[in-house]
Amino acid sequence: MTAIATDMAAGPRTTSVSATAADTGSTALVQARDLAKTFDVSAPWLNRVLERKPRQLLHAVDGVSFDIEKGQTLALVGESGCGKSTVARLLVGLYEPTRGDLVFDGLEAHKVFKTGEARKLRRRIQMIFQDPYASLNPRWKVEDIVGEPLKEHGIVTEAAALKERVGQLLQSVGLSPLDMVKYPHQFSGGQRQRISIARALATEPEFLVCDEPTSALDVSVQAQVLNIMKDLQRKQGLTYLFISHNLAVVRHVSDQVGVMYLGRLVELAGKHQLFGNPRHPYTRMLLDAIPKMHDTGRARTPVQGEVPNPLNPPSGCAFNPRCPHANERCRTERPALLTIAGIKVACHAVEEGRI
Amino acid sequence: MSLLEVNNLVVEFPGRRGTLRALDDISFSIAPGEVLGVVGESGAGKSLTGASIIGLLEPPGRVASGQILLEGQRIDNLSADQMRHIRGRKIGAIFQDPLTSLNPLYTVGRQLTETILAHLPVDAAEARRRAIRLLEDTGIPAAAERIDHFPHQFSGGMRQRVVIALALAAEPKLIVADEPTTALDVSIQAQIIQLLKRICHERGAAVMLITHDMGVIAETCDRVAVMYAGRIAEIGPVHEVINTPAHPYTMGLMASIPDMDSERERLNQIDGAMPRLNAIPTGCPYNPRCPRAFDRCTRERPELLEAGATRAACWLHDAHQSTQPAGATA
Repeated sequence: MTAIATDMAAGPRTTSVSATAADTGSTALVQARDLAKTFDVSAPWLNRVLERKPRQLLHAVDGVSFDIEKGQTLALVGESGCGKSTVARLLVGLYEPTRGDLVFDGLEAHKVFKTGEARKLRRRIQMIFQDPYASLNPRWKVEDIVGEPLKEHGIVTEAAALKERVGQLLQSVGLSPLDMVKYPHQFSGGQRQRISIARALATEPEFLVCDEPTSALDVSVQAQVLNIMKDLQRKQGLTYLFISHNLAVVRHVSDQVGVMYLGRLVELAGKHQLFGNPRHPYTRMLLDAIPKMHDTGRARTPVQGEVPNPLNPPSGCAFNPRCPHANERCRTERPALLTIAGIKVACHAVEEGRI
Repeated sequence: MSLLEVNNLVVEFPGRRGTLRALDDISFSIAPGEVLGVVGESGAGKSLTGASIIGLLEPPGRVASGQILLEGQRIDNLSADQMRHIRGRKIGAIFQDPLTSLNPLYTVGRQLTETILAHLPVDAAEARRRAIRLLEDTGIPAAAERIDHFPHQFSGGMRQRVVIALALAAEPKLIVADEPTTALDVSIQAQIIQLLKRICHERGAAVMLITHDMGVIAETCDRVAVMYAGRIAEIGPVHEVINTPAHPYTMGLMASIPDMDSERERLNQIDGAMPRLNAIPTGCPYNPRCPRAFDRCTRERPELLEAGATRAACWLHDAHQSTQPAGATA
């Protein structure tokens, strides 16, 4: 821990490799290390006593590890309830992990969040939320919304300079500085999402966590927002964690893709490998399930069944009840995320060479 | 003869600051057994078109002019009571959110038998037998047991199957499905689309499928209508509209969708946003955003014109165009 303390004294922006990063043998900007989050969803105490109900724990995220290199985008995909948004909240510090940690630029983030240095680290990690209607305060003008992080972190204090900086931020996302006197309701959904991007960029973060940033938008507007996000990444070297359930969008924005199922990563691979040669049966199923625009009338064989109840997940591999390749081993032994032929995949069938 | 015909439908919302025209001169038809897709961005009027057909326009919205004919009979001027007999019996409806379309206090069996008894001349025992068969048809395992469960005991995908069973209960000729898969995960969406296609084909029911997802349209529909600012921008066979769109809006829309089959560094974006109902430009409503607009587009409103295999509301396709701009024939 002393190593970290010294790093921070020297200023986090100047440290590239620290003792912790050396420990893990990786220099990636963002390193999730065995992140896990368990929620207690038990009935109230009185009910538990009277009705003899046991405690119930929901393992929303159960041991997720990945690296994101500086300037790259990792996309997390999966169906609702797979834990991808929980991972996002763990990364920005909105939740505290039950196990594991985030190593950000060599710092153990969740330890730092508890110290006086938390503020310094928080300004380097920002988040964009899904719903631009709910994530902006309707009673605030745009200049207050975008200016708040600047004031909060003491980056700009003087009023005239603040206005100028807010104007620059709005311009960087394709809005006019004149828009700063308006309220959120005067903007369309796409423009609102650009305001929340401007707000996230205010503290000049290095890492942006984007939780379904375009899911609430129409396609033509989605294209505007995705293009701005890519331009900003190119210009400012931003690192993104991009969460989406839309595989076509993920294919467009990402460098690496992680597929999640019931709180665990089942496949983690480069974009071209994942879309060109998906290995895990769940990844294959997801890719096959997307409606394709250019071969109409194609007969698909949708995978039967649904995502199981996360409170009572199947034993062994969580995907086994829906998997066409499941055997006895899949039903009893949980597969680990192994590196097989350059990609990471958690599947006995792939490991044994059955598929 | 068409099963459903919509002629020059205009829907207005009177308000204190003037009347808003939400649907402006919509005409299309659906043949028996046909699947027509209606696609567009939020606010384009696609759900409103569906709501007018099933007679569920929210006041103060009203059909200001035009006609809706089902099997040759006008249904747009019926009383609420008369309309209730048509809804369910002749037109079934499926909505986006499967939880809010079911009554949480009744078992799914009670909701199904109630619908069957209201519309068909059968007794209670027969209605229950039919209800079980419907649940089996929509792919619900152990239907005989599940029929006595409440909606909250079903998962999202299973609930949408129940809603489909409910829409089909009185054997309607037309199903209006408004975003039936939008609330569902992609693997469940695939199952529901397949189910909807199979079951409507088996029963010969026509479907009006309202969605914003072009992929769903491509997989499901025979024809598609693309809506923009309360009007139909383009209508035609689904393959032609997707692969060789004739209206600049359809072209822009298609190019802005991230595609699984190809990879582009930048997505094509349509700058600006759809106009608000109180500020629809004169002429073609798309002209401020259209890269190929010329002076006529800002003055005269285009009707649906023949454009190859489809029909598009765009002056580029006016055969009698005197001042044809360069590249307009492309």
